Amino acid sequence: MASSDDEEAGFDEEPVVRFDGVGLRYGRAPEVLKDISFSLQPGSFHFLTGASGAGKTSLLRLIHLGLTPTRGLISLFGHDPTKMKRSELPLMRRRIGVVYADRQLLDHLNAFDNVALPLRLAGRVPSDYTPDVVELLAWVGLAEKIDAYPAALSGGEQQRLAIARAVVNRPDILLADEPTGNVDQEMALRILRLFVELNRLGSTVLIASLDDDLVARSGRPVMHLTDGRLSLYRDPDA
Amino acid sequence: MNAAAAPAAKRKPAPLLPPEDARDGALVFVVAVLCFLACIAVVAALGANRAANGWRTQLTGSATVIVRPSASETADAAAERAAEALSAIRPGVAEADVLEKEKAQALLAPWLGTGDVLEDLPVPRLVSVDLDPKAPASVSAMDKALKAAGVDATIDDHSLWLKDVLRAGLMARIAALGAAALITAAAAAVIAFATRAGLAARRDLVNVLHFAGAEDRFIAGLFQVRFARMAALAGLLGAGAAAMIATAARVLGGGAGLTPVLPLAWSDLLVLPACPLIAGLVAALAARLTALALLKETV
Repeated sequence: MASSDDEEAGFDEEPVVRFDGVGLRYGRAPEVLKDISFSLQPGSFHFLTGASGAGKTSLLRLIHLGLTPTRGLISLFGHDPTKMKRSELPLMRRRIGVVYADRQLLDHLNAFDNVALPLRLAGRVPSDYTPDVVELLAWVGLAEKIDAYPAALSGGEQQRLAIARAVVNRPDILLADEPTGNVDQEMALRILRLFVELNRLGSTVLIASLDDDLVARSGRPVMHLTDGRLSLYRDPDA
Repeated sequence: MNAAAAPAAKRKPAPLLPPEDARDGALVFVVAVLCFLACIAVVAALGANRAANGWRTQLTGSATVIVRPSASETADAAAERAAEALSAIRPGVAEADVLEKEKAQALLAPWLGTGDVLEDLPVPRLVSVDLDPKAPASVSAMDKALKAAGVDATIDDHSLWLKDVLRAGLMARIAALGAAALITAAAAAVIAFATRAGLAARRDLVNVLHFAGAEDRFIAGLFQVRFARMAALAGLLGAGAAAMIATAARVLGGGAGLTPVLPLAWSDLLVLPACPLIAGLVAALAARLTALALLKETV
């Protein structure tokens, strides 16, 4: 994965995400992210930790082009998003799956249509994507809820639905913001296994989490934010 | 999973914009009223056009010659000779007839009454001239013929009236079409406002679509289709109401009733089916341009 340490470790592949001296502020408020520099190699799996308000969500939003940095450089798949045309950004976003902390499911669409959304937007037709969506819903344990609307699902079911939507088009990068925030430990482990499986299939995974126990059990490297600074990089294998 | 897969194969994607909410009823009403007014304005313009054409045909196809009696002959004899002289102009005059004395007196009756006073007055005689529509005789040609015949007469070819009548007809048409254009612009502005409100109300949805990889034109397309359909429905209602009003005016008015100065034909109603189409197109354009402009301001 990360920064200059990684280059020394011998990674020569183009990183899928690279931050170089990135700072972010909202309006005239103090910076919420300061001098962030790191890079994520293809196929890597990291946790992003830090207390509430440390800047985890802001960092994820910068990666999925939901915000633009106030300083520094960001590179995604080798491209500088600020130099890309607006019409090119959707194609970039389709390569990134996001699980939002508040899930952001569409209440007027049932489970099937919520999960199928990224595929519809990519121009695929129902006859083409229906088997994939049905299979994925079964994989996250929602086969029986295929026609249910989000309001009729429990918190854990909604969480899995949001995860299914994020991974349905096999994104190159998967970002998840507190994906185990309101599920029990058993479900949290199940969700973690799902991310590991996706990572095994080639996706680069970055999960923001407050669940120290889950992070420790995963045995995956950790990026830690303290007051907007990337204060610690811990690799359990190191 | 297999149990779910069977019905899933026949799935129809649900609309990405939520079902219409309460605001749409009011919006349909406003746009329908605007469509109704635009239809009435266009039908009025067509009526004004037909009226102006009718007046022009009547006025340019005829002339009136006022014959004054002279010391040497009676007014009747002078009028007969004037009619003969004018009839001889070929081509140029189709027919020239002396207006019967009774008819001339009838024209004066509203002012002078029907008593003996008319018998004592030197009432000028009128010769009604129907001009050849293909090559109407000029005033100077008729004047020359009358002078040659030694008749003291004044020719009124209605040109004085014609200019005013044509100008009035043109102004009526411009006013009606201008009103229709203004109403169309107002409808476009209403749709633009509604699109802006719709985007603001569905900001969460727009964000989700954006971050899931939707292009601006795709999201704009959702609002475009929604408002085009709504406006087409409103156009249908407005045009229907206008058709009922126009039909009532045509049936009740006939040739000399409510609409003697604004003659309507059944064929005028044929423009009304264009209203839903035009309303839909205008709404689609307004919604698309507004949505694209607003989406550019988002991340």
